[in-house]
Amino acid sequence: MIDAMSSLLIVSGLAFYLAGSIGLLRLPDLYSRLHALTKADNLGLGLLTAGLALHAQDLLIALKLVLIWLAVLAASAASAHLIAQHARHRETPS
Amino acid sequence: MLTAQWLYAMTGCLIVALGLRTALLHAVLLHRLIGVNVMGAGVFLMLIAVAYRGPGVAPDPVPHALVLTGIVVAVSATALALALARRLTGEQDNG
Amino acid sequence: MNTTALLVLDVLLVFSLLSLAAAALATRDASRSVILFMAFGLVLAVAWARLLAPDVALAEAAIGAGLSGALLLAAVREQPRRALSGDAKPVHERERTSIDVTLQLTVTLLCVAVAALLAWALAEAFDRGPQDTLAQAVSETLAASGVSNPVTAILLNFRAYDTLLELAVLLTAVLGILALGPARPGYQAAGPVFDSLVRWLVPVLILTAGYLLWVGAHAPGGAFQAGATLAAAAVVLRLAGHRTAGLPPGRTLHVVMAAGVGMFLVVGLSLLVLGRPFLGYPPAWAGGLILLIESAAMLAIAATLVLAFLGGRPQPAAGLSGEKRQC
Repeated sequence: MIDAMSSLLIVSGLAFYLAGSIGLLRLPDLYSRLHALTKADNLGLGLLTAGLALHAQDLLIALKLVLIWLAVLAASAASAHLIAQHARHRETPS
Repeated sequence: MLTAQWLYAMTGCLIVALGLRTALLHAVLLHRLIGVNVMGAGVFLMLIAVAYRGPGVAPDPVPHALVLTGIVVAVSATALALALARRLTGEQDNG
Repeated sequence: MNTTALLVLDVLLVFSLLSLAAAALATRDASRSVILFMAFGLVLAVAWARLLAPDVALAEAAIGAGLSGALLLAAVREQPRRALSGDAKPVHERERTSIDVTLQLTVTLLCVAVAALLAWALAEAFDRGPQDTLAQAVSETLAASGVSNPVTAILLNFRAYDTLLELAVLLTAVLGILALGPARPGYQAAGPVFDSLVRWLVPVLILTAGYLLWVGAHAPGGAFQAGATLAAAAVVLRLAGHRTAGLPPGRTLHVVMAAGVGMFLVVGLSLLVLGRPFLGYPPAWAGGLILLIESAAMLAIAATLVLAFLGGRPQPAAGLSGEKRQC
């Protein structure tokens, strides 16, 4: 039962990663690629950690996995902001 | 000898060859540095492949310690090489 | 079914490693090459985890991929684009002519020969079967070493002399870096988004470093991984515009840099004075002595890596070091 749910979560997480990668390759410009990559990859990571947390031996390990997801969420949001801001500065002559 | 050991050890040899070729031939210093680092990674692959004993068995810890030391020494050597390169280019530009 | 899944994973990992290495070495653009090298380092960390080497995986992810990549990217940022992409020919780099085709062929054959030699040597070694005398000696004396993680026991107890010399190598490298000139130009002050990230990220990283140091005695972790995490916190501070990246000023910095080698020597010489061999810990005190040495080593490793990222002597005040570059 837990195995089935865990596999379902992990596979759907991988599907989101795949979607993000396809977006990275196929979308026309930097901003749309950044948007697709950040959103899809973070959601994929959340599903992945949820699937792994189901297999954790105790609550502490599951909490650590959730903490990893939150840290990656914040860091990738900040990085996406910095990349987009830098691209914007490059475009508009200042 | 396990399949995984053989696979990773041969990959290590190939990666050493790739890194060596770039380290010897490339004109730009940065790529030569990356080549040397890639050579180091290949050597580490060979060491850890030799230390692997199978899926459930505890591996041999001595090569792990060697590789840990190697990683740290490699990064400090890279840092010194970059500082030297920076000084070299600076001297050239200032005449 | 389990072995087939592992084999599929192995083939995928090996293929990714080879393609990433080839791509990183073949591309002409410098920053692209560095980013591919970082990706190579991360996939390598996954390979270490698969080969049941978690301490090495932690160190590779933090130092090999993270800090190495940051160092290389900082160097790329400094150089004007054309000089590093190979299109211009600065005076101190070699000239390329058509004679080099023969040279390229010869060197490629040489590298293939080296790979074949290594493969043959490994095949011979594998034929003899696993040599477990050292591993057995380690597992037999592990209980008396003061820690239960065998890699930490080897690094800090059985082969403590090697770790002492490794810390001396780090010290030599950082002395060279400091002697070669001032630090790289700084970064502009962080905007609100990055600033709010740094405000909680740096304390969490410091806490994680302390945890890695403590847990290294009985689980994967230790001084090197903890030092790299501390250095990562300092690098993030530096990227947010902090001028000295959290390093202590002047003489305190010199003490911290020398702390790794220094603590080893203090402990070793005290043990000599007490009648034991150099760095021969008494089993009752081994755990405490190892923790003491590891704490000092963590600070020294972090200081070395941060100074390596800075690229030289930290500058005193903003007015003397010139203007800050827009990045």
